[in-house]
Amino acid sequence: MTPILSVNGISKTFTLHTQGSVRLPVLADIDLTVAPGECVALDGPSGAGKSTLLRCIYGNYRVDQGEILIDDGVETVDVATAPPRRIIELRQLTVGYVSQFLRVVPRVSTLDVVSEPLRMLGVAADEAEDRAHEILTRLRIPERLWSIPPATFSGGEQQRVNVARGLIVSMPLLLLDEPTASLDIENRDTVVEIICEKVDKGAAVVGIFHDPEVRDAVSTRTLEMSPMALVAA
Amino acid sequence: MTARDENPILRVSSLTKNYGKIAGCRDVSLDIWPGEVLGIVGESGSGKTTLLNCISARLEPTMGTVEFQTRTEGMVDLYKMSEASRRMLMRTDWGFVHQSPRDGLRMSVSAGGNIGERLMAVGDRHYGEIREAASDWLEKVEFDLGRIDHMPSTFSGGMQQRLQIARNLVNGPRLVFMDEPTGGLDVSVQARLLDLLRALVSELKLSVVIVTHDLAVARLLADRLMVMRRGEVVETGLTDQVLDDPQHPYTQLLVSSVLQP
Repeated sequence: MTPILSVNGISKTFTLHTQGSVRLPVLADIDLTVAPGECVALDGPSGAGKSTLLRCIYGNYRVDQGEILIDDGVETVDVATAPPRRIIELRQLTVGYVSQFLRVVPRVSTLDVVSEPLRMLGVAADEAEDRAHEILTRLRIPERLWSIPPATFSGGEQQRVNVARGLIVSMPLLLLDEPTASLDIENRDTVVEIICEKVDKGAAVVGIFHDPEVRDAVSTRTLEMSPMALVAA
Repeated sequence: MTARDENPILRVSSLTKNYGKIAGCRDVSLDIWPGEVLGIVGESGSGKTTLLNCISARLEPTMGTVEFQTRTEGMVDLYKMSEASRRMLMRTDWGFVHQSPRDGLRMSVSAGGNIGERLMAVGDRHYGEIREAASDWLEKVEFDLGRIDHMPSTFSGGMQQRLQIARNLVNGPRLVFMDEPTGGLDVSVQARLLDLLRALVSELKLSVVIVTHDLAVARLLADRLMVMRRGEVVETGLTDQVLDDPQHPYTQLLVSSVLQP
């Protein structure tokens, strides 16, 4: 099957100008190819650059060299060089990203936070709301919380709202950074179930799953990563 | 419509504005695309407002061009247009939201009048229709309709700012310039106003250029950021990329100097 994502030889070094220009090499010459229906688990100790790789693929971090090719169904886009509005379009239609933390917008209700990605795609407000009800129920967020902004929720509740928002649309490529991090077993299993459904339906997934049970349940293969040595400026 | 087959709505090429021997801004080029929100950030004195004034036809640049995609004639150089057609453009296709509502409102005219005036300037004469449009817009910006006939000086800062926004949007502009629109407001009022702006921008598919020194505001509203320092653009890119992976030493300093951008 033709890959939806081809990462070819990317490298990433952070230069901290405010800290005496210390250079932190994080990724060197990374290759990764993912086809629809595959779920690749990034594996390695803390500091190996797993989250950095996900962020580079999402266009959140820049890369120093290499290319990140994403096929949006019409054409192939190199995230490393694409103009911002092209990356925004990719994020609306092709690439989803679920981080460990919910970034809350003041005053926006849980229901609106979750249904927003659908509305951005042009889905009618009431249908978007119905689907938000569905996924919130599935993730056991009590109905009495739906009208409240998630800022005051517990860590686990916020994480589930975040997962609901990230998984409500069926993106062809999903980037998951510890989607089950602060969840109890029941909710963890539900998230695993949802991820497996997406993969079965042909989504390509790249994810970080520290919980070995979760990793074994969702991934079809693993990419081993290891930390790089610090280089002086 | 996709990102591939459009033209920019505003194109700025090599723009420089000098105040005598001092450079206000130097060699700035940028494109604004339909539906895009561009944030211009930087500290006081970095040239943000000078640039905003130059690209919104309020301050003639020393060098460089500013072109706007008009509805009928394609790209037109703003400073080569006749004064009359430039004024017409500013009243119809553009909006400008000032930091201080006092600079953007007619303080001696009622709330409804402030909005109606904009409609009358483009030829509307029917009192009933003008009043209805004014009420509609006041509702959209969550303004208490019971106060439609009151003078702006009797409103709070947040209400004045909402009125200024309604006045700017009533003519259906395609491009809106904003100079620190939430700058003078206290935090709770600011949050409501930001949320309102965010909703209006996406609902109306507005193109926006917003100047702010507040990186949290920039993250919330802008698709793309331009970082200015001493009149020059030091970095530009996707908003979350500039804030989460800043490249230029000045941007890194800016991002690391604030609490939770």
